[in-house]
Amino acid sequence: MCGIIGFIDRTKSRMDGSSIKAALSLMNERGSGDGAGYAAYGIYPEYADYYALHVFFDNLGEPKKKVDELLQQLGEIVHQEEIPTTPQPGIKKVHIPWRYFFKPSEDLMSGKVASEKDVVTYIVMEVNANVKGATIFSSGKNMGVFKASGWPEDVANFYRIEDYKGYIWLGHNRYPTNSPGWWGGAHPFNLLNWSVVHNGEITSYGTNQRYVEGYGYKCSLFTDTEVVAYLFDLLGRQHGLSYETVVKALAPPFWDDIDRMSAKEAELNKAVRLTYGSALMNGPFAIVVGTENGIVGFTDRIKLRPLVVGENGSRLYISSEEAAIRVLDPEVKNIYTPRAGEPIIGRFIE
Amino acid sequence: MTLGSVPPKFKVSIDRDQCMDCGRCIENCSYGVYRREGDKILIESRKCTGCLRCVAMCPRDAITLTEKPIDYRSHPLWTREVREDIIKQARSGKIILSGMGNARDLPVVYDHLLLDACQVTNPSIDPLREPMELRTYIGKKPSKLKFRKTESGDVELETKLAPNLKLNTPIMIGHMSFGAISLNSQLSMAKAVTELGTYMGTGEGGLHEALYPYQDHMIVQVASGRFGVNIDYLERGAAIEIKIGQGAKPGIGGHLPGEKVSEEVSKARMIPIGSDAISPAPHHDIYSIEDLVQLIRSLKEATEWKKPVFVKIAAVHNVAPIAAGIARSSADAVVIDGFRGGTGAAPKVFRDNVGIPIEVAISSVDQKLREQGVRNEISIIASGGIRSSADLAKSIALGADAVNIGTAALVALGCRVCGNCYRNLCPWGIATQRPELVSRLDPERGAVQVSNLIKGWTDELSELMGAAGINSIESLRGNRDRLRGYMLDEKMLNILDVLPAGV
Amino acid sequence: MKTVKIDARGMHYTPLNQKIRNAVADGAEEIILDNVLGQRFIGDGLRGNVRIIVNGVPGGDLGMFMSGPTCIVHGNAEHAPGNTMDKGMLVIHGSAGDAVAHSMRGGKVFIKNNIGYRGGIHMKQYEVEARPILVVGGTAHSFLGEYMAGGLVLVLGIGKDKAMTDRGIGSGIHGGEIIIRGEVDDFLLGGGAKKFKFTESDLERIAPIIKSFCEQFGYDAAEFLDTNYTKIGPVSSRPFASKYVWE
Repeated sequence: MCGIIGFIDRTKSRMDGSSIKAALSLMNERGSGDGAGYAAYGIYPEYADYYALHVFFDNLGEPKKKVDELLQQLGEIVHQEEIPTTPQPGIKKVHIPWRYFFKPSEDLMSGKVASEKDVVTYIVMEVNANVKGATIFSSGKNMGVFKASGWPEDVANFYRIEDYKGYIWLGHNRYPTNSPGWWGGAHPFNLLNWSVVHNGEITSYGTNQRYVEGYGYKCSLFTDTEVVAYLFDLLGRQHGLSYETVVKALAPPFWDDIDRMSAKEAELNKAVRLTYGSALMNGPFAIVVGTENGIVGFTDRIKLRPLVVGENGSRLYISSEEAAIRVLDPEVKNIYTPRAGEPIIGRFIE
Repeated sequence: MTLGSVPPKFKVSIDRDQCMDCGRCIENCSYGVYRREGDKILIESRKCTGCLRCVAMCPRDAITLTEKPIDYRSHPLWTREVREDIIKQARSGKIILSGMGNARDLPVVYDHLLLDACQVTNPSIDPLREPMELRTYIGKKPSKLKFRKTESGDVELETKLAPNLKLNTPIMIGHMSFGAISLNSQLSMAKAVTELGTYMGTGEGGLHEALYPYQDHMIVQVASGRFGVNIDYLERGAAIEIKIGQGAKPGIGGHLPGEKVSEEVSKARMIPIGSDAISPAPHHDIYSIEDLVQLIRSLKEATEWKKPVFVKIAAVHNVAPIAAGIARSSADAVVIDGFRGGTGAAPKVFRDNVGIPIEVAISSVDQKLREQGVRNEISIIASGGIRSSADLAKSIALGADAVNIGTAALVALGCRVCGNCYRNLCPWGIATQRPELVSRLDPERGAVQVSNLIKGWTDELSELMGAAGINSIESLRGNRDRLRGYMLDEKMLNILDVLPAGV
Repeated sequence: MKTVKIDARGMHYTPLNQKIRNAVADGAEEIILDNVLGQRFIGDGLRGNVRIIVNGVPGGDLGMFMSGPTCIVHGNAEHAPGNTMDKGMLVIHGSAGDAVAHSMRGGKVFIKNNIGYRGGIHMKQYEVEARPILVVGGTAHSFLGEYMAGGLVLVLGIGKDKAMTDRGIGSGIHGGEIIIRGEVDDFLLGGGAKKFKFTESDLERIAPIIKSFCEQFGYDAAEFLDTNYTKIGPVSSRPFASKYVWE
């Protein structure tokens, strides 16, 4: 189930959303019309220093009042508005998508709360777990997630996705089994600048969930993919691991492979498996993660889900199907399928 | 004798048509049920313990055993057991001792937990053809890793790993001492765990030199009696376990009667032949949690910080905060023994009434350690009534790293759970020191049986994991998402943190 | 004699023990530890015949699992010196805390002054060469020789009217002997303990120990070489066996 796509231009040259829409729609056989979404990085240059909080409100009364209060308590709302949408016959607007541009207050940064990002993480967890009728589904800087229940082209048209220009795009075409019709259950899942599109099902979810919840994350969106965003935030940001090491923790080499490595390499891999055993993700998955510095794609350890990579100059494409990449870039070169658990990383060139 | 005798527990009879008069029943029964008079084998049913040795050895299936041939008037409250205990105490005025684990018919939580399997949305994994990883490391893990860049630009691990035990399967054999059980029993199990790449405990009985070849797979125990403990013993073990308590008798010490202290037992325990070996209720150098820290560190210091140190406690009401204290103490693993844990001998009132089930203990300990952010500081080993690979899988899904088995391993050696371990007459050669009985257990064959059992469970665990779409034990550990409660009340579901079946 | 000096000021016990082990491995016959203050586990699990001089107050479990060395402390000792000790000797020129010689299996622990509660608890003997001996120059608190399964506890009561005034002596004793200078009130004996006549042959047996103790601390042994002692031993080797009946 599900089709995914990821794109990066490593020189930060921006592309509008029309071709990602076309590419995702090509994979409609993989979806069911119950959910689609996009993440785009580089879309809010005028607010680049502020956290763009995208929120689903059930109504603009009590839920919004509570979110406003929390934000004003913890920082400054520089700008807010309803996210512009165009009604689509295929989409029932069950939520009002809203966006805030927000700066956490400086004087909260001392003491217990360590950084701006911790404040934003706290806000996301608090709202999603405890404010009825409000869900923050995007909270990064100069990026945003747009998602809803519907087919990819309807969701794209609804959000006028072609009006946004980004240097990273992620797209997801959903076939849900878990929470159809719930907009918050559509991908990408986001926390701060981590956005995740995922094809598959995580059989280790219970273990992973208990692990991240031990660090203050709250899994409240009823879908396994959510935990991937928190694992990346915990390991990649809080523990300061490289993307390669994060992928090694989430989809590690088998013990018999480790046993054949050089002593030093084996020790490192053993340390990763011992330390991050609870972060190991099991079950079928192909995942692309958008980050501050690029994109990371990888699959599960026994390759139960497809993933194709293509390159063309500064552009890197990762998708469930090669055809989707060719829609994005008919001139694409160097198409290949990565090995199970192998991280495919596209970083910006400074 | 105003009380008279109580009805016999068993009625033994021989089908005289089938009987070929070979006399194997007489030879095999160490309790003296059978004797020959003239050309007839006579039976004294009252001596029968239900160990089934005679039944197992009769070549003609001529022996029939009936439990409770004469029962009391039935009564739901004043059961046979209650009445007989009263009669026994009225006669003696003493504390009643008993063998094996809790014998009360209380609900088993494991039997009310159901495992999950994949259908459609993700594939089950066939463990016979695709990788399935059960390798488990027991010991302290870092909560996070630090790396540094070398001058050549390579990334190098900065974090140092504490010593861990490597298990090929998350099944170990718990501590049953030489003294409580025979050397051939220990040898059988030692050979099995060495072959399988897992571990067993020595119990508080020292380490007999016959076990030295297997010492890399043996966890030596330091209990309150310190029997057999010296620096050589500590250095021989793969790890060291401090025994604070055991599930069959939380809060009290141990007592190996002098009869069981044979010459060999005496050597291993470093006490005189025939003397009682008394283990005090507490360790008299541990009266508080900081004293436990001191004992752990003294053991680590003595062995130059090369050995993991485990702490075994009985699952008592407050097990979770106690385990959290232990997690902060430099211990590498906490062994939790539930109230169904076995024993050679324990006061019956303790065996049947003190402590809590292992299932809820695992659950609350794992939860507490996570809440306090110290889960990685320590491994959780669960024991006390693990009967099958299903119990094993459920224990791990609740949050245990591995389990210890005890009674199950003895049953693999022939034990029929008759519960007369303390009499030194075990006809299976397990819980006895009598040479003629011990020699009935061949360590080579015993090793094969124990090893078969663990292999069978290991394969079943692999199949269960594969069906759940999991190919690495880490992803089962604490994965309560893959458990459902069946006919458990809401409070219990909350404590176990599992959803009811159907949700 | 090869002597190594180690300044232990502010040093954690692990590096301190590491230095001691290294010195022993290098053939040191005497190791002098200066400025010891609170370091636990000195000599823990140490083998060999080295002599360790501790200047200061060592922390708990001094000489734990020790198997051979002699350790002389110029100061007091804390909790449980000689814990589960196997062979060797501890000489404390001062007093010590609770559970002195806990579960000790062999060797000697000499304390010049007093010890706390549960001294000599669960000492045990195995064969002749492994016979633990605890000698206390002053007095000891309650539960002296509790659970005792073997070995000798000797209390000399130097400078006291009565060597022992605390209860529970030999509570649960099922092996070994407790010998106390002078008379001991009956009510001070714990369950399972019993007085025995202290004979000339007993004196003959313990005389070398008394002499050795006096030599260490500069006392005149002649003062103690008479039969004015109380000997306490087990009522039986299974004092509580009659409490139980089998199922």
